[in-house]
Amino acid sequence: MTLTRRHLMASTAAVLVLTGTATLAESHIPADATLAAEQTFVYRVGDESPSIDPGKVEDTDGSDMVRQLFEGLYNQDADGNLIPGVATDYTVSDDNLTYTFTLRDNAKWSNGAPVTAGDFEYAWKRAASPALASPYSWYIELMSIENASAVIAGEMEPDALGVTAVDDTTLQVTLSEPLPYFPQMLTHSTTFPVLQSNVEEFGDDWVQPGNMVSNGAYVLTEFVPQERAVMSRNTEYWDNANTTLETVTRLVVADENVGLTRYLAGELDRTDVPAGQYPRLSQEYPDQAMSVPLSCSYYYMFNLRDNGPEEFQDPAVRQALSLAVDRDIIVDAVLAGGQKPAYNFTHWATAGFEAPEIAMASMTQEERNAQAQELLASAGYGADNPLTVDLVYNTNESHRAVAVAISQMWKQTLGVETTLANQEWQTFLDARGSGDFDVARGGWCADYNEASTFLDLMQSGSGYNDSKYVNEEVDALLANAKTSDNPNADYAAVEEIIATDMPIIPIYHYAAVKMLNDQIENWPVNNFQQNWYAKDLYKVAAE
Amino acid sequence: MFSFILKRLAIAVPTLLILVILSFILMYAAPGGPFNSDRPLPPQVLANIEAKYGLDQPFWKQILDYVWNVVVHFDFGPSFQYEDRTVNDVIAQGFPVTLTYGFWSFVVAVVVGVTLGAAAAIKQNSWLDYLAVGISIGAQVLPNFVMAPILLLTFTLWLGWLPGGGWNGGQWQYLVMPVIALSTSYMASIARITRSSMLEVLNSNFIRTARAKGLPTRRVIFKHALKPTMLPVISYLGPAFVGMITGSVVIDIFFSTGGIGQFFVNSAFNRDYSVIMGITILVGALTILFNLVVDILYAWIDPKIRY
Repeated sequence: MTLTRRHLMASTAAVLVLTGTATLAESHIPADATLAAEQTFVYRVGDESPSIDPGKVEDTDGSDMVRQLFEGLYNQDADGNLIPGVATDYTVSDDNLTYTFTLRDNAKWSNGAPVTAGDFEYAWKRAASPALASPYSWYIELMSIENASAVIAGEMEPDALGVTAVDDTTLQVTLSEPLPYFPQMLTHSTTFPVLQSNVEEFGDDWVQPGNMVSNGAYVLTEFVPQERAVMSRNTEYWDNANTTLETVTRLVVADENVGLTRYLAGELDRTDVPAGQYPRLSQEYPDQAMSVPLSCSYYYMFNLRDNGPEEFQDPAVRQALSLAVDRDIIVDAVLAGGQKPAYNFTHWATAGFEAPEIAMASMTQEERNAQAQELLASAGYGADNPLTVDLVYNTNESHRAVAVAISQMWKQTLGVETTLANQEWQTFLDARGSGDFDVARGGWCADYNEASTFLDLMQSGSGYNDSKYVNEEVDALLANAKTSDNPNADYAAVEEIIATDMPIIPIYHYAAVKMLNDQIENWPVNNFQQNWYAKDLYKVAAE
Repeated sequence: MFSFILKRLAIAVPTLLILVILSFILMYAAPGGPFNSDRPLPPQVLANIEAKYGLDQPFWKQILDYVWNVVVHFDFGPSFQYEDRTVNDVIAQGFPVTLTYGFWSFVVAVVVGVTLGAAAAIKQNSWLDYLAVGISIGAQVLPNFVMAPILLLTFTLWLGWLPGGGWNGGQWQYLVMPVIALSTSYMASIARITRSSMLEVLNSNFIRTARAKGLPTRRVIFKHALKPTMLPVISYLGPAFVGMITGSVVIDIFFSTGGIGQFFVNSAFNRDYSVIMGITILVGALTILFNLVVDILYAWIDPKIRY
């Protein structure tokens, strides 16, 4: 049987009449589309997620699942803009400290119970509580919710957290300081509601299939860790009438090449393109191979600790090493997956962010090399006194390829001797965190679609600032940005300082390089965080 | 015999205990920890987590608590990496998978290997011998991480006969490729050991006597030669069986079976202390058990051996 849009619209209308729902989200299926008989979507992940409990989820793959199973106050559309989820609207007080959300009255849990403001209050307090000990409790702190730090530190009861259900459909949130991008942070899975009675009934086992009650477009029907998870349509979901895919299956396939083989055999609808294979696949399967911006930046950091290596205390040395990196070769020849060269830290596709004019970006590589040579000579390094660099990165084929290429560039342009050291992940983190390196690889992905998610790393006090870069001006600008009407001016200024101080070498901005079955429609290619909602996807019949 | 088994089991206890303590020390000596990530947790959050898992306790107390919980409650603790699960859950899910494909691999390896080896020995220097030796050498040099992708390309991509991975409750289609990939090199070793052992037995005096008495070849082989031939094979089979049923990370990764091997390797990378310990104890206990089984089988097969 092939469903057409007309059938679907007819059934939608029937449901609407029965439930008396007033609003109808605009259907995302064009009139001439012929839907496939089996509305299924099977996608690959490389490893099992640590948790799919909204309060604890910490990885991208886990968040992808949680986003299908649960729904927060806001969702993102295909371009990453906010659209109503459980909340329909909000108001904010004049001092920008109190947000009042109005929740839709027809949102339901998969057991039929209404989704209330109290469910959000419970979920947020739970996520922050030391008893849950969530690795993502810091996200509640990042949202600047009143008393979050004290609650996490155990100095106050979770009840003191600045979130209150005024009534079933009104949620009030109090912030400790204004945060212009607070609503953007609400699409993150840590802020999704959980049902108190469900959590209390099953304890830690509440996330198992059969136990879990969720409020998203899908419910968890099968879950075998390291193998598969199956999510099926939630008939209680308020917008179920506009959901098209019946089941969403997540398979763990550890090896990317096996994933590609199984994709080509028709077992998967979406898989990752193994490093270096994008040029070939995009030629052979132009409708299926895709490369879209992904909100992560790849960079090398210098060790700027006071007791660290002396050579890199000199900004001229850092600039020389950065100038000598030919980013075009890295993205075009080494990675070849549609990544973009980076001369600043914040990913180019970040909402509202406009990179300032950075001199290096508009130079030719010859000019950069010439300037690099000058700078390094002025710092006192040359043929008789060559600079040596210990470069560490975590074991990975593509990190190795980038490191080898860059060490060659440094050698050819500057005569720098680089020692490459790859380390197993935990050892690497240990070395990087304790400052046991000259130059180390770094990669950072956005938590929300705003430049501070990157630039906050440059704060002197940031726990993620493994360079231990300290610049009071940067700290002041970032602090100002939090309350500024035009934070992007501050962000641009920070990027300019970084381009001069060069505590890190930005190398490239990531792209998500995937194979996607061309029968799957409506994939949010322009959503920069690649936050996808299965309820918005549909499968057309094969041609 | 009975007292021998009791004695061996009694020795197993301190052996396991030493295994636990050594693993514990080595694990903690490795850099990093279960809650390190490229986004270091704020100190307060880390403190909350460490308190929850008892990692804030002194080292000796952690070992004692661990051993106590395992021995008294048979509780291997929560997984640090898979926060929604306990180690018991991880083993309960992964081990049956591994046990299933490991058992079938064992059966295939033994049946094919012994047949091949015995046939080669009986028809020494014939085409059958050369073929059998050729196959077993070929199977031996083809490691399973080469075998697995070849099987995948052939049976999944080109022929489209078998699913390219997964477990799906252990249906036979999902078993075929893991069993072939896992069993081949074991099969090859078994064939080689069987062949050389049988050649030796066939040249021994008691077989010559049996033949001289005019017994038919079939009777000579099955009644007299096979049992002594199996002695060296069995000493190989004990550890091989444990190796098969405790998982192969290669099989788990290439065929996405969800078996215990992948959990084991990932736990080491993630410093998931409790899962490392749980699976180490499982593998240790099985190794001790099957070595005991091998010794008992020895006594049964070889009348010269008495305990």
